Amino acid sequence: MWFEPRPLPSAALRVLAPIAAVIAALALCAALIAWTGTSVAQAYVLLFQGSLGSRFALAETLTRATPLMLTGLAAAVAFRAKLWNIGAEGQLYAGALIAVMLGGGMVDLPVWALLPAALIGGALAGSALLIGPTVLKTGFGVDEVVTTLLLNFVTLLFVSMMLEGALKDPMGMGWPQSAPVLPEAELPRLIERSRLHAGLIIALLAAVALWIMNTRTTWGYEIKAVGANQAAAAFAGIPVNWVMLKVAILSGGLAGLAGASEIAGTRGYLTLDLSPGFGYSGIVVAMLAQLHPLGVVVASIFVAAIFVGADAMSRTVAVPNYIAEVLVAVSLLCVLVSAFLVRFRVRRTAARTS
Amino acid sequence: MIADIADLLVSATFWAATLRIATPYILGTLGELVCERAGVLNLGIEGIMTLGAMAGWMAVHQGADLWTGVLIAALAGAVLGSLHAVLTVPLGLSQHVTGIGVTLLGTSLSYYVYRMVLPQVTTPPTIEPFQPFAIPVLSDIPVIGPALFSQTPLTYVALAAVAVVAWVLYRTPIGLAVRMVGENPAAAEAQGINVTAVRMGAVICGSALMAVGGAFLTLSAFNAFFFNMINGRGWICIALVVFASWRPGKALLGAVLFAAFDALQLRLQQIVGPALPYQVFLMLPYLLSILALVLMSRRAAYPRALMIPFRKGERH
Repeated sequence: MWFEPRPLPSAALRVLAPIAAVIAALALCAALIAWTGTSVAQAYVLLFQGSLGSRFALAETLTRATPLMLTGLAAAVAFRAKLWNIGAEGQLYAGALIAVMLGGGMVDLPVWALLPAALIGGALAGSALLIGPTVLKTGFGVDEVVTTLLLNFVTLLFVSMMLEGALKDPMGMGWPQSAPVLPEAELPRLIERSRLHAGLIIALLAAVALWIMNTRTTWGYEIKAVGANQAAAAFAGIPVNWVMLKVAILSGGLAGLAGASEIAGTRGYLTLDLSPGFGYSGIVVAMLAQLHPLGVVVASIFVAAIFVGADAMSRTVAVPNYIAEVLVAVSLLCVLVSAFLVRFRVRRTAARTS
Repeated sequence: MIADIADLLVSATFWAATLRIATPYILGTLGELVCERAGVLNLGIEGIMTLGAMAGWMAVHQGADLWTGVLIAALAGAVLGSLHAVLTVPLGLSQHVTGIGVTLLGTSLSYYVYRMVLPQVTTPPTIEPFQPFAIPVLSDIPVIGPALFSQTPLTYVALAAVAVVAWVLYRTPIGLAVRMVGENPAAAEAQGINVTAVRMGAVICGSALMAVGGAFLTLSAFNAFFFNMINGRGWICIALVVFASWRPGKALLGAVLFAAFDALQLRLQQIVGPALPYQVFLMLPYLLSILALVLMSRRAAYPRALMIPFRKGERH
């Protein structure tokens, strides 16, 4: 079997490939659902109804999609430069921690400044957490995959320490949770009687801003060049380390913003179960979207729908809700294969000459 | 306090605990080392260890004996490893992203299967785990005996695996082939070595080793399977491979040093008491791994073809 590069994959192929991949993932996971003795069709119908079938379900899906959109953008912008930031989970918690401190009035701020301070402070905290691994990568050749991954654990332990210490809510009945932010630091609700909040608007604006940056600005061009070929980019006079640092600030900032917007939008207070792996799922979102910022919007809603729908489904039929995580992981692998099949044609025999 | 620590460092129980803590790291680091020596980064390690822990435990819980459990864990690891191998070697997909995907799949699949088989359990069910096995004569040596030769069988397996992997890598044609495809696949190809087959084989064998490392936790160290059981051990193994400069002997040294530090940290928690939050101590192993990476990366001798896919007839 030989793989032959396709000279120019058509636009239709590139759009259809991820959709085909998702269908393949749903088909593969059908086996796992059938194993429990549940009807696959019923399970998927329940999953769909529970995530997109009603106004309430849709609002819940969009609420879930908001942090995924931001962590998805964080991964997309970093991976484009081949900066392997796997630390979005930790950066999200760093952002949430600073947001809850600023939004809770720890620093004396005028009332109107509370929300912007919480959001910007949260984003900067995320950035700060990624600057270290990036400098270690560019300066010392330390692999950022491992450092960002390990920092996730360090950050979570640090947050846990703060929640049981300095930030512990005296009214929290002994639970390790922070006091809630002031009402002025909360993001407004978008739909009455739902959890959907203005964080979604922020995430959508971020996606559009990144798309413009990628396609219309020198920064976007430089990031693409560094990701495509570092040596060539350096030779062309692009300051590679500086571009990496800018990417790190952007990527970490987006992940931090995800945490801050969760605090200001949904919970109001910080606990250790703020994120059910939004940071890691963000990587899947970015890959499903083929690192395209507007694709991230669609992919994050898709992933959120699976999580919300699986929760609803598992309440009715005997399929554990971990099926959501399996589906998301299988989708990621299928999308990787489909992207490969877009770039290469499978041939039975070798091409004569190339 | 210094005297306390000094006493601790010469006590047999401390070193026995160290070796016990080190076992999953030894197996995981060896597994990752085998993959990386062949030129494939395996970030699936965290998920493969989780699957090994779950599969081995589940087999025993369903009535298999302990060694069958170990075998099933290894097989499960090999199957998940072969997925990583197919995607990264013949297809040449990004080893980073594929590895993350394999980890997500291994972890979620383990949780799914566990919940499916045991839907309504509040306290995790337990099994009868491996018991310590005192090697006759050797275990009677003072201090060293109880520390080294009164371990559970899988610890001996891990120590033997170090020797076997070192011997295979440096003393056999297969090992030479593995090292060659990791350094210079084009040259290996010219020698008539099937690069794809060797790389895939290395990833599959390495993954089986990792999975046994995971199974040690459920079949030997504890007697139940918990969610988040691996808790970053796989990622630490990846750091340990760099620390070990891709050498099995140094991998053993790194894993034991790391475990000694972890055991020390546990005792320090008891000595210091509530003066410092316990999270500070729990952070230390992760910070130490990062520090070790920083110190070693300067002179890290990466396998030259690590993370570079090889396609027949393509120039690099």
